[in-house]
Amino acid sequence: MTDDSTDQDEILSAPLIIEYPFQRTTGPVIGAFLTGLRERVLVGSRAEDGRVIVPPAEFDPVSGNDLTELVEVGPAGEVQTWAWVTAPHDKHPLDHPFAWAQIRPDGADTAMLGAVDAGTIEAMSTGLRVEPVWADERVGHIDDITRWVPVASGEGA
Amino acid sequence: MVDIRLPESLRGVEPVRSVRTPAQLDYEFTAGDATSRFLKGITEKRIIGQRATPTSRVYVPPRGADPELGAATPIEVEVAQTGTVTSFCVVNLAFYGSVMEIPYTSALILLDGADLSVMHLIQEIPADQVRIGMRVEAVWRDDADIEPTLESIKYFRPNGEPDDPNVRIPGEGHGTGLGSWVGGVAPTEAIIRNPRTGEGGEVR
Repeated sequence: MTDDSTDQDEILSAPLIIEYPFQRTTGPVIGAFLTGLRERVLVGSRAEDGRVIVPPAEFDPVSGNDLTELVEVGPAGEVQTWAWVTAPHDKHPLDHPFAWAQIRPDGADTAMLGAVDAGTIEAMSTGLRVEPVWADERVGHIDDITRWVPVASGEGA
Repeated sequence: MVDIRLPESLRGVEPVRSVRTPAQLDYEFTAGDATSRFLKGITEKRIIGQRATPTSRVYVPPRGADPELGAATPIEVEVAQTGTVTSFCVVNLAFYGSVMEIPYTSALILLDGADLSVMHLIQEIPADQVRIGMRVEAVWRDDADIEPTLESIKYFRPNGEPDDPNVRIPGEGHGTGLGSWVGGVAPTEAIIRNPRTGEGGEVR
């Protein structure tokens, strides 16, 4: 029989790390978006109704047809909506408070997610103009944008 | 593939064709009482299961409860270090994180005295000779390397006994990975107690 008075200190525990090391092929459209990041260029796709979707969609959201025209947008853009992160965790891109934001790059009709390094929550606002900060070493990955920062007033318009 | 029209800035540069997107989950695994006791048994080179009643199923490794009876499993039972292969898989492809030389065989092994199979390696026999019903025995690490982990058993190897012909789902002619069903009886509502209503359940 087990002893009812089991010493709780005797319970074992150990770190358990599960990793799924996915590597996936991108196809030509997402591949072009990632190539653009490596080249410090933001790329969207032009839908059949003329809207520019960023990150680029492979298929028209209405008709489902292939979208084949990729166009350069931004890279500066405008914050459309945001949420302030007061306590970033290990896997966040920044180790101090920042804003997750939906950012619509200039020339695009949709927004993409980015981390805005605004310093303080007071510096954040809907409509804030921001621009990406590129990593020194870029590999064709979304992390090639390390963060977005407010555009100094008078610039980036 | 469709023809993509690129903006000027991306023409003539080497395109990105693939991307790494690893997902990593960091846990602190707490073994709980039942598994902690099991793992302490391992440090003494003993394999300890648990059961709810003197006649109900023996679970190895124990999880502290009998899911069929909906009852705690306070009775500890040491099981044998020999058992029967109930199912196996020959791994012929290397994969990320694997430290095994291929091909190797992973098997479910029903230890004598247990009613649930443990998963472990089968070695000291070519992979293509492993079979359901084969009798095997545990091979431990050197004493100095014994730790509270099932890896303290290096692998199982054939122990030379004749195959057990009875490892199968009752009523079917082939082996399975399910281990044995007590008394050859499949679990049914009649013998499973509903943990919410407390109805049903036959404590054997």
